[in-house]
Amino acid sequence: MAKRPIRITQYAILFIAFMMIFLALSIVSAQGPAPTDDEVNKIAKKLYCPVCENTPLDVCPTEACRQWREQIREMLSEGKTEDEIIDFFAVTYGERSTGDPRDKLKAYLIPVVAILLGAALLVSALKAWKKPIVTESTPPTREAKQVHQDEYIAKMEEELKKRK
Amino acid sequence: MTETIPARRGVALWIQIVIWAFLVCLLAIVAMGLSRRQQGTVQPGEVINNFPLTFYSGYEFGGKSEINFEDLRGKVVVINFWASWCKPCEQEAAELQKAWLEYEPTGDVVFLGVDYVDTETDARVYLKKFGITYANGADLGTKISQYFRIQGVPETYFVDKDGVLRYVQVGPFVSIDQIRAQIDPLLK
Repeated sequence: MAKRPIRITQYAILFIAFMMIFLALSIVSAQGPAPTDDEVNKIAKKLYCPVCENTPLDVCPTEACRQWREQIREMLSEGKTEDEIIDFFAVTYGERSTGDPRDKLKAYLIPVVAILLGAALLVSALKAWKKPIVTESTPPTREAKQVHQDEYIAKMEEELKKRK
Repeated sequence: MTETIPARRGVALWIQIVIWAFLVCLLAIVAMGLSRRQQGTVQPGEVINNFPLTFYSGYEFGGKSEINFEDLRGKVVVINFWASWCKPCEQEAAELQKAWLEYEPTGDVVFLGVDYVDTETDARVYLKKFGITYANGADLGTKISQYFRIQGVPETYFVDKDGVLRYVQVGPFVSIDQIRAQIDPLLK
């Protein structure tokens, strides 16, 4: 039985098919395995729903949150890190979307410093109020007191005389 | 027999003051939040400040990928806040597009879609679904919506040629006449 010779075109088809499989495999390996729900929720837990107040993204049933979780999944499959994803959410949707403020110094330190400064001001103000008010008038002298008392006694005696 | 009464020691004055200062600050923050909430949206009569808006590719304004609101002085501007996850937004999407097609040839009216906390992928699906062609972009960092103090989506703001806010529509439009009723007087 005579063998049929393989034509050049068949070689070409085989080569193209091989290359396509290779390319497809390389794309899949570059993207990595699809992120699991746990991986998505680990990041979603650190983000908050844009519609419902104080509801973490991982438990929120709204459509907006479902879309955001999909966004996280997409970014994870692109190889983005957790920090990169959270940064993206903070820039795109505002810091309200992240549970933890980016600028911690501004968010935590400034209010504490402001409260302490305010308290220090209050303390100094209270201390200032407690001090006696120094006026320019001098306290009455002993002689002046004596004169005042003498007048009083004289008046009393006069009254007593009248009654007699 | 003498009885000694232990001196009663209270909390140090400075600690009391810090606690009171903290409480006062806390109350002030709560009061600010409540007053802001009660304030509602930007009110008609106010001049709208400048803000930048970056458009989605394919939804630019006059070939520009970003504009400043100030650049639109001399035109009536209709600013519509929407989101792809917002069901009521779908009710008015077609009406808004119809209105845009009606006013676009005049060149005196500009429609701006501001996409609120949305993903671009879903936003594009929405825009395509409703055949929207007017300029649209994302509210990056929710800065625009915070400025307008929007209460939700959809909300539409009608700004006259001088940059003064004339009308706020909270919720969806039910007909194109409702949109016309706000734009036409501003064109006179």
